[in-house]
Amino acid sequence: MAAVILKVKSFQGLKTVLQPKWLWTKGLVRYASVGRGRIEKVLIANRGEIACRVMRTAKKMGVRSVAVYSEADRHAMHVAMADEAYHIGPAASQQSYLSMEKVMDVAKKSGAQAIHPGYGFLSENTEFAELCKQEGIIFIGPPSSAIRDMGIKSTSKHIMSAAGVPIVEGYHGEDQSDERLQAESARIGYPVMIKAVRGGGGKGMRIAHSEADFHEQLESARREARKSFNDDVMLVEKFVENPRHVEVQVFGDQHGNVVYLFERDCSVQRRHQKIIEEAPGPGISPEVRRKLGEAAVQAAKAVNYVGAGTVEFIMDAQHNFYFMEMNTRLQVEHPVSEMITGTDLVEWQLRVAAGEELPLSQGEIELSGHAFEARIYAEDPNNDFMPGAGPLLHLSTPQGDECTRIETGVRQGDEVSAHYDPMIAKLVVWGEDRSAALKKLRYCLRQYNIVGLNTNIDFLLSLSGHPEFEAGNVHTSFIPLHHAQLFPPAQDPPRELLCQAALGLLLRERDNTRAYRAQSNDQYSPFASSNGRRVNVLYTRNLALQLGEKKVDVAVTYCPDGTYSMEMGGEVFQVSGELEEEEGTSYLRCSVNGVLSRPKLVMLDNTVHLFSMEGSAEVGVPVPKFLAGVGSSGAQGGAVAPMTGTIEKVLVKAGDKVQVGDALMVMNAMKMEHTIRAPKAGVIKKVFFKEGSQANRHAALVELEEEETNEE
Amino acid sequence: MILHTLRPSLCLLRCTRGVPATLSRLYHGDRVATLGSQPDAQSSLYQENYERMETIIKELKDRAEKIKLGGGEKARKLHTSRGKLLPRERIDRLLDPGSPFLEFSQFAAYQLYGKEEVPAGGIITGIGRVSGVECVIVANDATVKGGTYYPVTVKKHLRAQEIAQQNHLPCIYLVDSGGANLPRQADVFPDRDHFGRIFFNQARLSSEGIAQIAVVMGSCTAGGAYVPAMADESIIVRKQGTIFLGGPPLVKAATGEEVSAEDLGGADLHCRQSGVTDHYALDDSHALHLARKAVRNLNYQKKLDVTVEPPEAPLFPADELYGIVGDNLKRNFDIREVIARIVDGSKFDEFKAFYGDTLVTGFARIFGYPGTHFIELCCQRNIPLLFLQNITGFMVGREYEAGGIAKDGAKMVTAVACANVPKLTVIVGGSYGAGNYGMCGRAYSPRFLYMWPNARISVMGGEQAATVLATITKDQKAREGKEFTPEQEAAMKEPIVRRFEEEGSPYFSSARLWDDGIIDPADTRLVLGLSLSAALNAPTQRTRFGIFRM
Repeated sequence: MAAVILKVKSFQGLKTVLQPKWLWTKGLVRYASVGRGRIEKVLIANRGEIACRVMRTAKKMGVRSVAVYSEADRHAMHVAMADEAYHIGPAASQQSYLSMEKVMDVAKKSGAQAIHPGYGFLSENTEFAELCKQEGIIFIGPPSSAIRDMGIKSTSKHIMSAAGVPIVEGYHGEDQSDERLQAESARIGYPVMIKAVRGGGGKGMRIAHSEADFHEQLESARREARKSFNDDVMLVEKFVENPRHVEVQVFGDQHGNVVYLFERDCSVQRRHQKIIEEAPGPGISPEVRRKLGEAAVQAAKAVNYVGAGTVEFIMDAQHNFYFMEMNTRLQVEHPVSEMITGTDLVEWQLRVAAGEELPLSQGEIELSGHAFEARIYAEDPNNDFMPGAGPLLHLSTPQGDECTRIETGVRQGDEVSAHYDPMIAKLVVWGEDRSAALKKLRYCLRQYNIVGLNTNIDFLLSLSGHPEFEAGNVHTSFIPLHHAQLFPPAQDPPRELLCQAALGLLLRERDNTRAYRAQSNDQYSPFASSNGRRVNVLYTRNLALQLGEKKVDVAVTYCPDGTYSMEMGGEVFQVSGELEEEEGTSYLRCSVNGVLSRPKLVMLDNTVHLFSMEGSAEVGVPVPKFLAGVGSSGAQGGAVAPMTGTIEKVLVKAGDKVQVGDALMVMNAMKMEHTIRAPKAGVIKKVFFKEGSQANRHAALVELEEEETNEE
Repeated sequence: MILHTLRPSLCLLRCTRGVPATLSRLYHGDRVATLGSQPDAQSSLYQENYERMETIIKELKDRAEKIKLGGGEKARKLHTSRGKLLPRERIDRLLDPGSPFLEFSQFAAYQLYGKEEVPAGGIITGIGRVSGVECVIVANDATVKGGTYYPVTVKKHLRAQEIAQQNHLPCIYLVDSGGANLPRQADVFPDRDHFGRIFFNQARLSSEGIAQIAVVMGSCTAGGAYVPAMADESIIVRKQGTIFLGGPPLVKAATGEEVSAEDLGGADLHCRQSGVTDHYALDDSHALHLARKAVRNLNYQKKLDVTVEPPEAPLFPADELYGIVGDNLKRNFDIREVIARIVDGSKFDEFKAFYGDTLVTGFARIFGYPGTHFIELCCQRNIPLLFLQNITGFMVGREYEAGGIAKDGAKMVTAVACANVPKLTVIVGGSYGAGNYGMCGRAYSPRFLYMWPNARISVMGGEQAATVLATITKDQKAREGKEFTPEQEAAMKEPIVRRFEEEGSPYFSSARLWDDGIIDPADTRLVLGLSLSAALNAPTQRTRFGIFRM
C-alpha cells in the first residue's frame, strides 16, 4: 500500500514539473507511465453491465475511464458513466466492439494506459493482446501465450494432463481414422462424447451411448463441425452423465503468485448458457474445495497465468472432478466469488496489471457466507428461451446494499438491443448461508420488475424455488429433468387481481380527468369528475379485460361513496383504493373485500402490469376493432414483427388471399428465423417491407383487409 | 304567515373580479358564518321523519331502477342480438369515461298511458360531458315501443332542446326511432309544440351556434329522417342505421318497388351517394367514438362569467335531511338546516336576516359556483338564483288584501319573471298557488326545476280546495232551500282530497314533465352543482325589469 501512495505522489510531482510540456509531450508521459506500470486512465473495450462494473471500480480507485460505443449505444449507460467516450462505428459488433484498430485508435487518442476488455468481444483474442503489447498499452488480462494455449481444447488438456491436473479420460490424438476413434472409445468406456476439437457451444458434439451408434454419431458430428468450423478433427472423451459444472476463480500476478478464490457452481444452464450461479458450490466439502483450488492453481501456473482466470471442471456425483477448460478473462459470474471473499476483482486486475503483487495471499483469503447470482435476460422461457430485445418501458429493481448487488448496464427507457447479448442485469445477493442467500435472492427477484419485453424473471423464481434446487441438487440437466415443474401450466390470475387491475384503470382514468380539469376554464365543475353518478340509479359499467387470449368481463358499479363493486362470473367484490406515487413508481393501495394490499402498478398504453410479492400479472384492455388498425400496439395479433430484425423472405404480394396461419414473411432476428403468419383470413392490401430490409419490433409488415363475412 | 320559503343564493362577491382565485384574502372579517346545527337524531320526530323519508326514497330508487331497464326483456334481447347497445350504454360510452350524467324526467309518462308502459317516455335525455364539453344528449329507446314518439316523448325531446337553447349546450341525438306513434298521431303531429317543432328547434339552435350532432343507430323514418338531415354533422352505423322518408313498406305500397331498408337508406347509400350523413361507423361503439371526436372538433370553450372558488363539502351529512324534513308537509322545518346541507362548507351569508321571517335569503356557493333579494341584486351581480320552494301560498284575508298583498306578490312575480340570470328551483315541500309563481315555478322558466319525492304541487291544498267547493255547494243548496248534511259534505270532499293528493304527487307532475325530475334530497347538492355548471355555459344576459307597482 505504501508503495502505491508513494507512486502517486511522485507522479504528481512529475506532473507538476512536466506541466508546461504536457500537451506536446503526452506520448512521452504515457510511455513513462507504462514503463512504471502505472494506470491513470483505462479504456474499457466493452459495453453493458461489465463496462459499468469496471468503471465503478476505476472511479473508486481514481482511475479515469474511457468508453467506446457503437451507433446503437450512443445513449447507453456505460457511455454516460465514463469520463470520456468515443464513437467507434455502427451497431454491428464486427465493425465496432470487435474492431481492434478502432479500439486501439481510441486508446491512443485518449491517452489511456490500459485496456480492460471485459468479457466476450476482444477479451480472449490473442491478436489483440499482442497488438496491445506492440503499442505499449497494458492489456488487462493474461499474456497472449496463455490465451492461445487455453483457446484450443486439445492443447489445453495436454498441458493440464502434463501438469497433473485431473482430466476426463479421452483421446486427443491425430489419428482420426474411424477405427482408431472407435478403439479409443472402447478403451475409455461408453458412453463417450465425440467432440470437434475447434468446437464450442454444443456444435459438433455428439454422444455415443454404445458401440452400435458410434459411427452414426461420429459422422453427424463431423458433418456439423465441417459446416460450422471448416474443420472436422474430433476428440473422444468419457461422457459424464448429469455432471455438475464447477469452476474455480484464480488470480495470478506478474511475480509468479497464483491464488484461488474458491469455486462457483454454474450447473444450471439453458441453451448451454449459465443462468444462475452460486459460490461456494453446494455440498462440497472443505477437502474437495481445497483439492479443486489447488488443481486450478496448478493449471494456472502451468501456463504462467497472470490476472483473473477461471478453471472449469466437470464434477460427477461422487465429487470427482476433471479439467474442462480455462477461461482467460474476468467472467460474468465473478461477483459471487467477490461476495464470499470480500474482494473487488476488478481492483485486483488493475493493480496486477500495474505490476503490483496480489493484495492477498492464499492464507489470507477467507470464505464467508454464500452468494447467488441470477442472470436476468430478455428472453422467452416459454418459447425455448428465445432471446428477445426491445424497450425497457418500465424497470424497477430492489434496493442495492452491501448484500445485494444489481449489476446492470441499462436504465428505464433504454433498449435491449438485438445486436448484442440480451442480458439485462445480474442480481447478486449474499447471505450467511445458502438458504439465507436463496431466500434473499427470491425476495429480490420479486422486486425486479420489467415491462416492455419478455424476461426470465418468473422462470428464475420458479427455478430458485424448486425443492431440488433448494436442496442443492444441481447439475447440468436440471432444467430438462425438472421441466414439468419448472413450467407449470399457465394459471389464470385470481379474480382479486383482476379487480386490482380494473381499479388501476379506473383510478388512472380519474387522474386523467383531474389533470384535464385542472387546465380547463371551469376547474371545479362537478361534471369533470369520475364519480360515475347517475340520478336515482347506479351506474354499472362493463369493463372488458384481456387475459392472454381470454376476455373477461367485469361489471363495475360506481357506489356513491366512491368505492366500486365489481362483479365477474357471478362473484361480487367490494373494491376501493388510491394510486400512490413513490420515487417515480406507482403503487396501488387497495382493498378488495376488505383485504388490503399494495402492489406495484405499471400502466402502459393498453396494459396493466401488477407486481407484488405474490407474483405478477399482465392484464390488457382490448382495443376496439375500429381502433385496432390505428394503434401502435400489436396486441391484436396483427402481422407485426415480433422483434427487430431483417426480412429474409416475402411470401405474399398485394392482392393475395390468405387464410389464418398462412406464412407471410420470414424474418431473421437474434440469429433465429421467424415465420410471420397471417393472424386472420383476408386479402393482402399492401406489403410494407421488401426482402433485405430492416423491420422494427412491432412494425406492421403487411396491411391485411379482413374478409367481409356476409351475414345475409 | 306569508311565505314559507326560501331562496338561497349565491355569492360572494369577492372584491375584485379578475383577481385569481388563489389570492384569497382571508381576513378574519371575511370569514363567512356557517349555518346549521346538529340534529337530535335520537328524537322520535327525527327518527320517524327519517324512516318515512327513507321509505319513499327507496320507492323512488326502485322505480327508477325499473325504468332504467327500458323496454321488456324480450325487446332488450332482440335489440342487443342485433349487435346494438342499449340506449343507456350508448350514453355511458358517449360520455367522458366515469363522468356523471344529469338525467332529466326519468318518470316521464309514468302511469300516464293506462296499461301501456312507456318507461322514461321512450326517450332518455340529460346533460353529460363529452370530450370535455357539457352537452345535451337525447337518446331514443328502441326497446320501448320501437322508440316511437308518444305525446310525452315529444314534450321531453322539446324540453331537452329548450335546455340546450337556454344553457347554450351542444346537442347530440342518438337516433333509433320508428317516428311518430301512429295511433296517437293527433296528439303528436299537428300542434305547435308537436313533432315538427323538433326540426324547427334544430334549425334555430344551429343558427344560434349551438351544435347539432346526430348519430343514426337505428331507423330514422319519415319525419325522423330530418334529425340527421338537419344536424350540423351526422354519423351513421352500417347495417343498423337507416334514413328514409318512406320505408320499404310505404315504397312498395306507393310504387310497387321492392327494396331493402339497407339499400333504401343505409350507411353506404348515405355516406357514398346521397351525402345525408357525414361519417360511416362500423358499429355503435365506433359511432359513439366518432361523435366524441365531432364534439372535440367543435372548438367549443366554456367561458365563465362568474367567480369560482374551490368547493367544500357541507359540514353536515346530506342524509340528515331525511330526519329534518320528513314527508309530512304540515310539519314545519327550518329551511336553514336544508341550506346547510346543500351549500359549500355550509357557509351562508344571510341577507335581511331579521326582515320577513318566512323567507330566507342569502349568498352561498355550490361546488364553488356562486348561487341569489335579492333577485334584483343578483341580476345586478350576475349571480344565479336558487329557489328552494316550501310555500303554502300568499296570505289571504282582509288584512293582507288591504295591505296590498296582490300588489306585493305581483312585484315579486315581476322580479322573478324578468330575472335573466340562471334560475334553479327545487320544490322541497309544498308548492301551492301564487307561491309557486313568486318562487319561480315551471311557468317562470327556471333553467331547471326538480322535486323532492315528499313534495306536493297544486293550486291549493286538497283540504282547502274541498272546503272551498263544499262551501260553494252548501251556499247553492241553501239558496235552493236544500239540505247539505255533514255526511254529504264529507262524501263530497273525500274524492276531491284524494284527487288533489294524487295529482299533487311528484310522480304525477314528473310524468307530465312539469318538472325536470324527482331527486333524492341527499343528491340535491350534486344535482344543483351539475345544473349550475350546465347553466353557466350560456353567456350572461342583462336583465330589464318590468314596471313594479309601488
